[in-house]
Order: sequence, then C-alpha cells, then structure tokens
Amino acid sequence: MVTTISSTGTDSFVGTARSRVDGPAKVTGLAKYAGEFAAPDLAHGYVVSGGIAKGRITAIDTTSAEAVPGVIKVYTHENRPRTAWLDYNYRDAVAPPGSPFRALYDDAIHYSGQPVALVVAEDFETARYAASLVRVTYEAELPAVNVGAQAELAYDPPMKRAGIKPPPEPWGDADGAFQAAPKKVANDYRLAVEHHNPMEPHASTVVWEGGGKITVYDKIQGVSNSHGYIAAVFGMNKEDVRVLNPYLGGGFGIGLRPQYQLFLAVLAARDLERSVRVTLTRDQMFTFGYRPDVRQRVSLGADAEGRLQSLRHDALSGTSRFEDYQEVVVNWSAILYDCDNVALTYNLTKIDTYTPADMRAPGAVTGVLALEIAMDELAYETGQDPIALRLKNYSESDRTEGKPFGSKALRACYAEGADRFGWARRNPEPRSMRDGRELVGWGMATGVWESLMQQSSAQATLTADGKLTVGNSTGDLGTGTYTILTQIAADALGLQMEDVTTKLGDTDLAEAPVAGGSWTAASSGTAVMKACRKIAAEVFGMARAMDDSPLANVDFDRVVFSDGRISVAGDPSRSVSLVEAMRAGGVDKVEATDSAGPDSGHAKEFSAYTHSAIFAEVKVDEDLGQIRVTRIVSAIAAGKIINPKTARSQILGGVVMGIGSALEEESMLDHTIGRFMNHNLAEYHVPVNADIHDIDVIFVEEEDRANPMGVKGLGEIGIVGTAAAIANAVFHATGKRIRELPITVDKILG
Amino acid sequence: MLIDSGSPRAMETIGISLTINGETRNLQVAPWTTLLDLLREGLDLTGTKKGCDHGQCGACTVLVDGKRINSCLALAVMKDGAEITTIEGLGQAGAMHPLQAAFVEHDAFQCGYCTPGQICSAAGMLAEGHAHSREEIREAMSGNICRCGAYTNIVDAIEDVMQSGAAR
Repeated sequence: MVTTISSTGTDSFVGTARSRVDGPAKVTGLAKYAGEFAAPDLAHGYVVSGGIAKGRITAIDTTSAEAVPGVIKVYTHENRPRTAWLDYNYRDAVAPPGSPFRALYDDAIHYSGQPVALVVAEDFETARYAASLVRVTYEAELPAVNVGAQAELAYDPPMKRAGIKPPPEPWGDADGAFQAAPKKVANDYRLAVEHHNPMEPHASTVVWEGGGKITVYDKIQGVSNSHGYIAAVFGMNKEDVRVLNPYLGGGFGIGLRPQYQLFLAVLAARDLERSVRVTLTRDQMFTFGYRPDVRQRVSLGADAEGRLQSLRHDALSGTSRFEDYQEVVVNWSAILYDCDNVALTYNLTKIDTYTPADMRAPGAVTGVLALEIAMDELAYETGQDPIALRLKNYSESDRTEGKPFGSKALRACYAEGADRFGWARRNPEPRSMRDGRELVGWGMATGVWESLMQQSSAQATLTADGKLTVGNSTGDLGTGTYTILTQIAADALGLQMEDVTTKLGDTDLAEAPVAGGSWTAASSGTAVMKACRKIAAEVFGMARAMDDSPLANVDFDRVVFSDGRISVAGDPSRSVSLVEAMRAGGVDKVEATDSAGPDSGHAKEFSAYTHSAIFAEVKVDEDLGQIRVTRIVSAIAAGKIINPKTARSQILGGVVMGIGSALEEESMLDHTIGRFMNHNLAEYHVPVNADIHDIDVIFVEEEDRANPMGVKGLGEIGIVGTAAAIANAVFHATGKRIRELPITVDKILG
Repeated sequence: MLIDSGSPRAMETIGISLTINGETRNLQVAPWTTLLDLLREGLDLTGTKKGCDHGQCGACTVLVDGKRINSCLALAVMKDGAEITTIEGLGQAGAMHPLQAAFVEHDAFQCGYCTPGQICSAAGMLAEGHAHSREEIREAMSGNICRCGAYTNIVDAIEDVMQSGAAR
C-alpha cells in the first residue's frame, strides 16, 4: 500500500481534480501580496541603481534629492547604519559558497544596476522623483561579462554548493571510445541568459511595531529564509521579527533568496523607527539573479545502430566575482542514458554580474537541452527513430550513483505521448511535411528532474465545531500548495474541504523551508498528513473512552475517518463523530505538530527522479522565418498526482516557459558596458496568449515509495526538455540545426 | 510644476471626481500620480496590480467608462469625471462575476498576480465584441502577460463565458 492516508482517512479528495481554495481571493483582488499591505504612516523607498558595471563611486551627491519636500532621508554607503560585519551573517539558507552581496556596503561597484542609494519619502512619487536627482560619480573599469572570453580562467569550484551533486568521476574511456566509434556527433550548445520575471516585482513592506519589533511582508518563496537573514544581518532576536508572505506573485526561483529590497527596507525602517515599503521596478528585476550563461559541448559516439559507446558532456558556467553559484548541468546525460564510457565536467568562470540564481529546473533546462538536441542529431546520424534511439540507450539504473531508480515510468511516457501525438505518422525526412506555405516539423525530447524532499514541519488544530486548520511557513508560488494541503488534511480526518483552512507563509507557523526544487508537495504534504494523524489518534482515544463507546475494544488501525466520523472499517453503524468525541473528552480543541523528512533508508537504496517525454509540432513560415508551436504533448511520470487540475496547470506553465526558452527569451548583455540591455517586458520577450496553442498533458501511472504519499513533485519537470523538443521539430521542419537558443527569425533565415 | 532644476517644492494637488466601483469620490490628486498608483496607494484598492509600470504587461488593466485600459499609463487627473471599474467592483467572493467564476473553474491562473488584469481585460474584450473564436481571443488577450503560463486555461474560461453569453 503506497498511500498511508487511506489507512486512516478516506480518499475523497486526494487524487481528484479540485479548484484552488485560494481561487476566489485571487480572482476578486482580495489576495494581498508583499508590497500591498498597508501600515500607518508608511514611508516609501525608491532604489537608485548604479550606472556602471565595475569600478568605484568617487562621489555621491544627495543634496538635491534631500531638498525635495517630502523626502525623509537618502541612504548611501556613506551614511548607512551599521549592520553585521561577517559574511557568515549574510549567507541565507540557500546561498551558494562565497561572500553574499551587501547593498550600500562601500564604494565598490560589482555589477551593473547595483543599488547605490535608497530614497525614502512620504509618498511613492516623491521618492521616485527625488531618486532621479541623486548624482553619482564613478571611476569605471572595463567589466568582463563574456563567459566565452573567460574560458581560460575556468575552475572547478573548491567549495561545493549544498544539495548540488558535482559530476561523478568518469568511467570507462570516453575519449578513446569516441575516437573508435563508427558514428559520431560532437557540437557546442548554448541557451541564452534568462530572467525569471515573475509578474509581481520584488517588494518588502516593513511594519514598525515599536519597541524594536518589526513585521515584514517580503516577496520570498519561504519566509523562514528572510527571517533568519534579517535576524543575522541586523543582529535582531528572531522573536522580534515576524515575516509573512501569504501569496507570491510568481517565483520560479528568484524568490528563494532574500533580495536587496528586503535589506534596504529593514535598514530604513529600523533607522527611522517607522514603517517602510520598498518595491523594485521592472527594470530593477534585471539587477539580480538570472539563469546563468553556460557554454556546453556534448560528444556522443555510437555504433552503427545507435547504441552509445561514448558520452561526454562538458559545461562552463558563468558566476559572479563574489559567489560560486552551482547547479547540476551535465549529470543528467548519464542518468538518462546507459553508456560504458562516460566523462562529465562542470566548471565555473567569474564575470562582473550579479550571482546567477536558480531558475525553474536550474541546470536541467540547460543540460538536457544540449543532450536532447544531440540525441536527435545522433538519431539522424544513425538513421534511427528518435524514440527508438532513446529506448536503445534507456538507463535501467542511475550509474552516477550506482543505484536503481525507485520508479521510472519513462517508457510509458514515450509510448503514451507518441500515441496521443500521432508520432507514428511522422515522415522523418526534414522538410517533408507542409501545411500550405508553412513547413511542418515534429520533434521530441526527454525530460528529467530530481525528486526531492526536505525536512519540514506542520501544525494542525481541530476545534470542537469540527473545523480544522493546518499549515506551515512555506510559500505557495501559485503551485497549488494551499489546495493540495487542504485535500490531504481533509482526507486524513475525513472532513469536507470546506471545513479545512490552510495557512502558509508566516513565521508564526510551524517551520518549513523555502518552496523550491519541486519538493513542497512531498515535504509539506507528508508533514501535514502526519500532524493530522496525531490528531486522529488523540480524538480516537477520546471516542473509545466514551461511555458505551461503539468503538470500545477497536484498534486505531481498524477505524476509518469519513464524513466527520470515526467508524469501524466495514461497519459504518459503529461510529462516533469527531465533535462528540471531543465533547466527551472535555476539550475544545486538539492541536498537533509533526515533521517529515527524506527517508534516508530509501534514498540510500534508490535514486529518485521524475521523467517526461515531450512531443512538439512547429509550423515555420518559409519566407518570414516565423515559428509557431502549434501542438505540444507532454507525458509526465511523477508518481502520485494529488490534484490533476492544479497538477496539469503546473505542467502547462512549465511548457509555456519552455516555449519561451525555445523561441523568445534572451537577456542580452552588452559586453562593453556589462549591462543587460533589454531590461523590460517589451524587449525581453516572454510568451503571450497568441504564442500558445494546444498543450496536452498526460500523467502516466507511476508508483513510488520514497515518501508515504508516493508524490514526486511537479514544479520543474514541465519545462525540462520542452525547448529541445521544439528545436528538434524546427530541424525536422526546416533542415536547419540550431544549437544556440532562442531560435529567432534571424537564425532561421540566416 | 516640479521640474528637475531650480528649487523643488511640494507637488500641488488638483481636485477631481471619480466614480470607482459605483461610488463617487472627490479626491485631491497630484498631477504626477497615475490612476494605478491612486488606486493602489491612495485608495487601498490593491486588486489592480503593478507588473511593469510601462504598459507592457497588462497587470494594471481596469475598465474606464467600460473600456479596458492600462491604468499605469493614465494620470489620474486625466480621468476626471470617469467611471472606473476595478476587479473589486466586478464581483466579490460571494457573488462572483461570470468571468471570475470561470477563471476559478478552469484554473486560469496560478500565482494570481496577473489575474485581476486578465479578468478586467476579458470583460473589456467581451464588451468590444470583436473576438468570436479561440484564435481571436488569444490575439485580443495578448496584452496581458501571464508568466505562470495559464494561457490555454484563460482562453477556456473566456470562451466558456462568451458562449454562455453570461457576461452581457
């Protein structure tokens, strides 16, 4: 039995499509985001962004700004109140190794757009206007921001980032086997730098509570991270800081780490002893993390039938001068395909930008893109069907870790996806399919992401009116966490979803980590289930102790919880309602807290990954080079699906972002001035409604035992491989193999 | 007027009258205040969102005299006498507008930040009466970015309401 939920509760809600419980609040405008909470006497901060990428500030003149009526104070590195001295205090819970950036620390400029001043005024417009009057003089140096030009300075990061597996030691003789292989494919690949661009710009509202206490509404994927950061940086007691963020207007990874607007807002609020809000502009959303620039080479050697004899994947990633950002880029190649001669390398080189940040399926989007285009190239090189080639090299175990997979229903993804797409009708010849004046292309690719779990706690309170409240401090990015936790809790105690309230994003609640890595459903879900089970056991005890209890002499594992009652399994006539039991027990509420973490025994024995097969149809205007993605089928193997409705949306979102990766998204760095030049939504293109056509999502059956619920996570897998499937479809349509994404018109016509 | 040189002084305010969600309000507004900032900062109607402040994302879409506009691109003083409907005025949790209900039913959002703008834009689009097919809905709704990628569900929700004629 995989699901422990059904052993105490009913399976009424888990596994069924349910509308979001936070839906009505979101569609009526009631849901409040970090920059929207009101406070008495709120002051508004506006950030002045620096104008050079490297050098130092020689002078900063704030007199004109300060003279504007309504300006309260202008903060620069010259008058910044003291904060913690040691780097250690600035290292948030998910920081990579290094010295985190500190806003307004000194006169040094580390990257373009670095905050150099904060203007605080009585109202937003005054702060914005006065910010334009701050005059900064610099001594500029030439920045180095071109990763390709810094290749000779590549290094293996000496300190590894927690949670990021470095490439495994090579096995066999990849280079020798490549030389000997009858069929070879070896090429360079590059995905453009991307910015997350959640719709909600970063914002922090710091409410001054008096007596040194603050309440902070911060845009973050888990308030515990901001909480620890504020306490350490400002030397505050955690009890004097409460951080909330009930709703997040999109994260995609850029909300994992506390960002500089939080530091500045807290700094000003403490100094002024007054509530302060700092909201960044859309331009300023391009002045911190991004998906890194990674230069890749994939070399595949195979026998005449496409059986891999050599697999080499080398990656060079840019990082900042101050932190060694790391992600898993190359390991996926040896996880997906079985080969006896493998070499994988991952190196960094430093450039004068901010530190890159985790962006949806960090590393996998980048690495699997290169691998899966290369596999398509090998399919053509060996005359194999792309699916047949992949099945021929299908990995039955994870050779990077020497462990079998806990579950891997990837074959079913290929089969069901191909069937739904109509893959059998594909003519493999490039330029062989047409629809009027458009070339039609069909391509496919594989996706993979790690199935993770993090130590999380959760709390639950059942009151005598039969209402249950559950929750913890993690965030719902739009992933559906409020809804699935409500489903899990309702089933665990046999209640209706309407009787359950889920609370998230508040450091007053049980502690849970940031929401990321697709680990929240498994982690918070299991913790909520366990807390509810504790309540179930306690209330059952009260029910059994009642005079003439119908449950007398019945064991806990022989009862079921449904319709607000505890009844003997198979004999619903013998039952007690939760409310009656609590009344008899003389309590008006029952509370429980419990925690859940990865099953180390299972993890020692098995590797855990989600998989997908993506099929794409593109239509390419031969004269204009315009590409439309007319059809996507994404078949996903991700264990148990708690809510097919919100789960499907997670995959849709990943696919749409993958379409953006394939065709649109590109942050363009000017190599001379070191700045991202297209720092707005008119010039940084993301998919709009007209770009998106049919997307079909399939969840294949998969049973997994890594956690009690059998959940493997869905936040990332939808994007991985999607861009490769589109690039492969573009090749099929046009005969042009594009290895630098996004695939824009110039590359098709060029 | 406040200008970049010379001695700055406090921005003067101008009296205007706006009917917001059916309620007429007489307001003193600085000329540099956008309709969006007036709604969010001045009147605590934070359902209208700021995504870019440049008319590029559509998160701030509201209905002015029944027409959808980007409220970040309108100064409040330009709309003196206008009738404004924001997401809060379109419907409430207990009595949702058909579009609001359809967005929930079709899961036409995830994070929810672009959603008020999407719904106001859809209401304006339906009133325009130009879109009749999914293709035309996609085109007419392309001024509203959804970074979570709920587009197919957004089209499903709007098509549902359009076909039922409930929004008219």
